[in-house]
Amino acid sequence: MSTRTPPSSCSSSAARSAIGGPVVGTAMDVEGQHTPQQVIAGLRATSEGEDLVQLLNPEGQRVSHPRFDLEISPAELRSLYRDMVLVRRSDREAKALQRQGELGLWAPLLGQEAAQIGAGRAMAPQDMAFPSYREHGIAWCRGVDPTELFGIFRGIDQGSWDPLSTGLQLYTIVIANQCLHATGYAMGQRLDGRIGDAETGEATICFFGDGATSQGDVHEGFVWAAVYDAPVVFFCQNNQWAISASLDRQTRVPLYQRARGYGFPGIRVDGNDVLATLAATRWALRECRTGNGPVLIEACTYRMDAHTTSDDPTRYQLATELEEWKLKDPLERVRVHLVREGLAEPEFFDGLAAEADELALRLRDYCISMPAPGPERIFSKVYAESSPLLDAAREDYLAYHASFTDAGSAPGSAH
Amino acid sequence: MAATAAPQTITLAKGLNQGLRAAMEADPKVIVMGEDVGRLGGVFRVTDGLQKDFGERRVFDTPLGESGIIGTAVGLAVRGYRPVCEIQFDAFVFPAFDQIVSQLAKMHYRSQGRLRMPVVVRIPHGGGIGAVEHHSESPESYFAHTPGLKVLACANPVDAYWMIQQAIACDDPVIFFEPKRRYWDKAPLDLATAPPPLFSSRVLRTGTTATVVAYGPMVRTVLDAATVAEQDGQTLEVIDLRTLSPLDLAPVFDSVRRTGRLICVSEAPGEVSLSSEVAARVSQECFYSLEAPVLRVTGFDTPYPPAKCEEDYVPDLDRVLDAVDRALAY
Repeated sequence: MSTRTPPSSCSSSAARSAIGGPVVGTAMDVEGQHTPQQVIAGLRATSEGEDLVQLLNPEGQRVSHPRFDLEISPAELRSLYRDMVLVRRSDREAKALQRQGELGLWAPLLGQEAAQIGAGRAMAPQDMAFPSYREHGIAWCRGVDPTELFGIFRGIDQGSWDPLSTGLQLYTIVIANQCLHATGYAMGQRLDGRIGDAETGEATICFFGDGATSQGDVHEGFVWAAVYDAPVVFFCQNNQWAISASLDRQTRVPLYQRARGYGFPGIRVDGNDVLATLAATRWALRECRTGNGPVLIEACTYRMDAHTTSDDPTRYQLATELEEWKLKDPLERVRVHLVREGLAEPEFFDGLAAEADELALRLRDYCISMPAPGPERIFSKVYAESSPLLDAAREDYLAYHASFTDAGSAPGSAH
Repeated sequence: MAATAAPQTITLAKGLNQGLRAAMEADPKVIVMGEDVGRLGGVFRVTDGLQKDFGERRVFDTPLGESGIIGTAVGLAVRGYRPVCEIQFDAFVFPAFDQIVSQLAKMHYRSQGRLRMPVVVRIPHGGGIGAVEHHSESPESYFAHTPGLKVLACANPVDAYWMIQQAIACDDPVIFFEPKRRYWDKAPLDLATAPPPLFSSRVLRTGTTATVVAYGPMVRTVLDAATVAEQDGQTLEVIDLRTLSPLDLAPVFDSVRRTGRLICVSEAPGEVSLSSEVAARVSQECFYSLEAPVLRVTGFDTPYPPAKCEEDYVPDLDRVLDAVDRALAY
């Protein structure tokens, strides 16, 4: 039977009491046995702890870190904040569009903005990203417009952006498949001799969640990347939930510690701290560029909305947990910091709010006017080289379809 | 120029080896990857000597994980490489099934042609070598059922030489089945004779009594049956499908319209198989020409049995001839 302890037992005090103790420390191997409460507390000690990289705490105060300190100008900080605000606004607009029937589904990113904007902004133009399906912030950083994401969730296409020139591969829906693609691509970067220089070298970054870490493809990706010294950063957004399964369904050890078993470094960062994710990802990508990959980053964050718009988290998630995480909101801490330190004027925030409204309006207008593909799309680009059987099937169906159109009542014309 | 050289007798395994070598010489983006393909040269020695001649960058041993082989090949293809992956034995492909079906087969469609997947997955298939479980299966129908893949089955040394090169040159993902118990079959390879198009079936022997369609390891069985049938005054028209997806059935339709009888032969279990598909299409296209129902001679709808039973499981020439007799009885 399950020994799982409900999330309610993970009160702050329980979590803190275990931090640095036998659960997350190396002493675990010696000690062996831990109570389920200790295991969970170690897994979820995501805002504190000696191993956590944090540069901006939830109260909006800059804190230093011996390895990952970051020099950042007020303009850069405002720019990071702007990205997070606009990405959050597109995410909220997308959810509204789904509720109004304009999108079939949406996978909300709410709460994960800092993890994604930090990682996304750390990338260089020559780098390649392999996303899962919630990487709307990464897409934003790669210059892929949110409307292109809407195409997927409105059922217009399966990813319309150019995965090569944008440096963002298409969304991958089967959990963890992309970890092997990223590793293979990174092996190719090495075969091409494109690593070595810290500035011009290439690197790959792969995004996946805590649930994906249970999939074999993550394991094989780690093994392959280690064996071939592939320049790939495995960026795990641990948002604590795989639909309804909390992290203790996936692991007994903090995820970043798994890297050690594969022979490469693992870092745990505060995933709600955009400066920490930026600094750690920059470091990790640089390691890869210079031939010291792979690297695992575990960004501890929280899924503040449902898994998708079809999900009902009230069936498994306690409201108190969400309230706790609201205090660690990734945007709010930057806003507080900007205001408190006098790094942004009220006009900046007003202007940004207006920009977000404009963006939302543009996305909405575009979304509801997206043309639906015709039936020929079914048969389009199945193969690079034509297949006579498929060509015949297309001609047959289009002729059948046209026979209705001629009579004035095309099947499927009411999109 | 090699075309002027005298025909050289090669085994099927050697044909594949030389074909791989030619493909690697023709295109530096071709790489060979899989378990034991490098230093060992593959458990069937199909990649023998390639690592020595092309180096460890282009011919490399992978860790032991089939999903990893195919998944990283997908990433290498995104990067512009043309990976040739070896799956050591037929039933070892299943850990990679997810990557093949969900990713390799769909990437071109998903990206609407922006990403090509010129990946060849070589799989030795079929039984007859006295192997333990999972080493004798015929999983080709799973892949032929998957849109986005092309599926080939070579049956003889000459086809092996040419088809592997053509498959590597193809911009679509190809699942390439090799008849493992025919690896040591020999035939003269005349480089002056140009190969037929890749996705085409071939009439290997003409006849009027009945049409017999086969692919992969069953082709030789059927040819042997045709030789025996001739002693009884029957002439069997033998067609090697060669391509399982897309199927090239025009020669089959043409043949059945003349013979009026069709027997489909495969090692794989018969239900919902390639033989079923050929039967369905022939009944649709040749309905008024058929003198008898299409008959199938296949492996049984059981798991592959212990090796001591495989002489009964794998169709032999007697079962083929029995089916011919049954077709003639209508």
